[in-house]
Amino acid sequence: MGDAELIWHGDRDLRDADAIVVPGGFSYGDYLRAGAIARFAPAMESVVEFARDGGLVLGICNGFQVLCEARLLPGALLPNVNLRFTSRQVQLDVVQRDTPFTCACAEHSSPSLSIPAKHSWGRYHADESTLDELERHGQVVLRYAPGANFNGSLRDIAGVSNEAGNVFGLMPHPEHAVDELTGGSTDGLTIFQSMRLTVEGARV
Amino acid sequence: MRARVLIRPKAGILDPQGGAVERALPALGFAGVDNVHVGRLIELDVEDPSQLDSMCERLLANPLVEDYEVQLLDGASA
Repeated sequence: MGDAELIWHGDRDLRDADAIVVPGGFSYGDYLRAGAIARFAPAMESVVEFARDGGLVLGICNGFQVLCEARLLPGALLPNVNLRFTSRQVQLDVVQRDTPFTCACAEHSSPSLSIPAKHSWGRYHADESTLDELERHGQVVLRYAPGANFNGSLRDIAGVSNEAGNVFGLMPHPEHAVDELTGGSTDGLTIFQSMRLTVEGARV
Repeated sequence: MRARVLIRPKAGILDPQGGAVERALPALGFAGVDNVHVGRLIELDVEDPSQLDSMCERLLANPLVEDYEVQLLDGASA
């Protein structure tokens, strides 16, 4: 697995990527709904195809919203229940440890991850039957630990995968928890290490 | 054709914006207000109004969490 490359939203060429990360931030002003316009970006057409072919796709924060809007992931993100942009370190319980995005957790000393979250539209929502189905298929990968669900997500869901397991989105920012100095922990590395293990394992 | 699209949070979905307005009104002395919900209003001129439903399904609303209602307005100006 080589270096990360930035792909412009207007480009369709994913340049033989091993995995795709749809990052956080803001997209197209997030007018209308967060991620609603970005999902139609030319790059997203290629990402949808990449995902359909089984490629690993990680969506972080706004990237999670984009993947939900693109229907690569179930459900939707709604305004935080406190109606405020909220930035804080959150504790996440790793519910599924055998996914392509969490498999490195097996070696992780702590059963949970401490990762910063910073968003105003992070309340995960899906209808009851979809939520039941997600639980049944092991698609609820991360939950906010007790007391950490500040945005009002249903069933404390912080991160979900698609049914095939190769697309995963979460509201907190693992890429912001890769250095003790700035991230409060290095727990976020676990997500990227897991992806690396998966990609390299698949190549052997 | 001038059209108006009303978008509302689906019934049963927690609507904290509506809740905030509902709590603010009695504070101003308006009593007897209940079931407040906040949605969006989109007005647009369209050549082919038959495309409006598709526009709502694909972009203007998120049918997973929002209901929409299309109104066609008479005349060129609204």
